[in-house]
Amino acid sequence: MTMMIDWAHFTPWASAAGGVLIGLAAALLVLLNGRVAGISGIVGGLLVARRSDVAWRVAFVLGLFAAPLVMMFYPVATRIEAGTGVLVLAGLLVGIGTSYASGCTSGHGVCGLSRLSPRSLVATAAFMAAGIATVYLLK
Amino acid sequence: MNVFTAFAAGLVFGIGLILSGMTDPAKVIGFLDIAGNWDPSLAFVMAGAIAVGVFAFAFARKRGASFFGGAMHLPTRRDVDLRLVLGSVIFGIGWGLAGFCPGPALVASAAGEIKAGLFVLAMLVGMAMFTAAERLSSGAPVSPAD
Repeated sequence: MTMMIDWAHFTPWASAAGGVLIGLAAALLVLLNGRVAGISGIVGGLLVARRSDVAWRVAFVLGLFAAPLVMMFYPVATRIEAGTGVLVLAGLLVGIGTSYASGCTSGHGVCGLSRLSPRSLVATAAFMAAGIATVYLLK
Repeated sequence: MNVFTAFAAGLVFGIGLILSGMTDPAKVIGFLDIAGNWDPSLAFVMAGAIAVGVFAFAFARKRGASFFGGAMHLPTRRDVDLRLVLGSVIFGIGWGLAGFCPGPALVASAAGEIKAGLFVLAMLVGMAMFTAAERLSSGAPVSPAD
């Protein structure tokens, strides 16, 4: 079996540059706020946060929300192929799964691997494998 | 001050997600489709982010406090348990089904994608279900064994 690469959609430079920005954002948040840039943790924490802990979480999410405005000149592709029912099921699974795993692609995949955390390495391997298996079974 | 720096971090994070292609579910699914017509781009996102992150977190650990003197909230757990693995598998299934993980879904919903907003709502419900389940299991009166 040979691996087929989708050269038509391959964007190594834009993806690496975006990755560097994500890394810089994580650096800002940990060095200035002393917090890990894990999106599921920041958002999920809003449901249980103490009062003093709410403001920075809301501010971070508002920053995320402002990104498409700043990037107005850039074509933001969002090709969503899943139907409504699948999206709702997927959202539930992502909400429940990231809560039990205490992290998602950012918390475990970026920050956790950067911290060389064995937990995050296992989590990242598990969600990557499950994502790959799911797409394989669907196609 | 904390609020402004957190906003700036969120903004840079969001711009990174857009630039990288993570906010495009079809591209994410193309990355996960290793047996089909594979688009390896998103491996470059992780490589780019970790290349910066490794130094940032090593420095953060060494400093032990944030630049504004606040506490450094770094995770300390190192044990691998069933919750971590099963939770990650459940998350991965959802990620593969929709092509969205939490950050990109938030950004895409802010870009006006109704379907991304629907995903975010369902995700919040999932998180609330977890919180409720945790409160039930820890808040229930525990009868002493002896």
